[in-house]
Amino acid sequence: MSEPPISRGFRGRKPGGPSSRIPPGQHLVTDFPVLSAGPTPEADLKSWRLTLEDGDSPVGEWTWDQFNALPQTDLTVDIHCVTTWSKLDTNWRGVTIDTLLEAAGLTEPPAPFVLVHSDGDYTTNVPAEDLVDGKAMVATHFGGEPLDPEHGGPARLLVPHLYFWKSAKWVRRLQFIDTEQPGFWEELGYHIYGDPWREQRYAGD
Amino acid sequence: MPAISATAVAPRRLQWMTATVRDVVDETPRARSLVLDVPDWPGHRAGQHVDVRLTAEDGYRAQRSYSIASAPAAATLTLTIERIGEGEVSPYLAGEARKGDQFELRGPIGGYFIWTPDLGGPLFLVAGGSGIVPLMAMLRQRAAAMSTVPATLLYSSRSHDDIIFRAELETLAGQGRGFKLVHTLTRERPAGWRGLTRRIDRAMLESVGYPPKASPRIFVCGPTPLVEAAARGLRDIGHEPHLIKTERFGPTGT
Repeated sequence: MSEPPISRGFRGRKPGGPSSRIPPGQHLVTDFPVLSAGPTPEADLKSWRLTLEDGDSPVGEWTWDQFNALPQTDLTVDIHCVTTWSKLDTNWRGVTIDTLLEAAGLTEPPAPFVLVHSDGDYTTNVPAEDLVDGKAMVATHFGGEPLDPEHGGPARLLVPHLYFWKSAKWVRRLQFIDTEQPGFWEELGYHIYGDPWREQRYAGD
Repeated sequence: MPAISATAVAPRRLQWMTATVRDVVDETPRARSLVLDVPDWPGHRAGQHVDVRLTAEDGYRAQRSYSIASAPAAATLTLTIERIGEGEVSPYLAGEARKGDQFELRGPIGGYFIWTPDLGGPLFLVAGGSGIVPLMAMLRQRAAAMSTVPATLLYSSRSHDDIIFRAELETLAGQGRGFKLVHTLTRERPAGWRGLTRRIDRAMLESVGYPPKASPRIFVCGPTPLVEAAARGLRDIGHEPHLIKTERFGPTGT
């Protein structure tokens, strides 16, 4: 491609953080923007369940109390939204996917891909290997406080090394499947994998 | 640029294109429309957005997303941008940029928050501030297509002077083709204002909008607190959550 046009008079104020931690095309924010495609669901913790599935078969299911009795992990990570904001040193608490698999009696993911299902019919797809070895969790706390509904509470997936739409809010079901299947935004033109360091925002990036 | 070869497998990458400012229109003291020439623009659907990328003389780049204000049928692509004080890109686009200036954009992006006349209605649009922009594209599309789908816009602004597209909206409402316009002004009202004066709430949504049994297609766009309140109110009235489509922006959407 030819040289991009210079936007006359634009100087910018630079991304505002260490370049080693701000992926290309991102800028630092200090607040926590909210983006969702529809209304924020109201979860009833009495009927809330988190389910692991191997294909269509449940292999693990936890009530809210059972889930909270599982070993908890704290994670401090940088997060990157495809709408170009990045937030550094965010602090989360929850249950790692490793812990969930172990609690379900599994030593490894039962299939190579995962379709993540949330309240409100939202889905997103993630390779199983991106969820294990401490890389991901189902988070219930942000900054030491229970996660706000508008930020995905009571529980959201956290996969911080991918663009943040992969960290599905209001997560309810992790379905392990043999063939990769695009989720909600992935069907609508967003990248199937979404690595912020390779700037994989949209299909074909 | 070489022609893009069509392949059955690899999705076509959204290419960065050069946009040239053809015209600048001040909509309000803080919002400005940029009418753009984009020679390779592939077309869009109402409600979609673009990513804009600015390049400084030293090579520094910044990119942000902005909603498209123009109808797909329009000859030029228009972005309407509200200047946000702390922002990095919006003060440039809505303040500095002038006729002949250039930047890059790519799109259209987004296939969910969209409306086309064949999707039907009734159409209930709920806007806060510059959240009107993608909804305006829908209303312009509806008008350009001579659609008679019933449409209602409930639009919350801080003051009368902050109403973006005020004259055009009044013109559309005056044409009497099934479009109803309702403003609410939350901070300042002109003398003699007889319209609504409070933030959007359930009672307002119920009296202004369509009943759930009409299954309206609902689009809500604005700052997060407004979208949260409106979406909750709509759901409480009994509208199906899957018919309520939302776009939120915050101070960092700049």
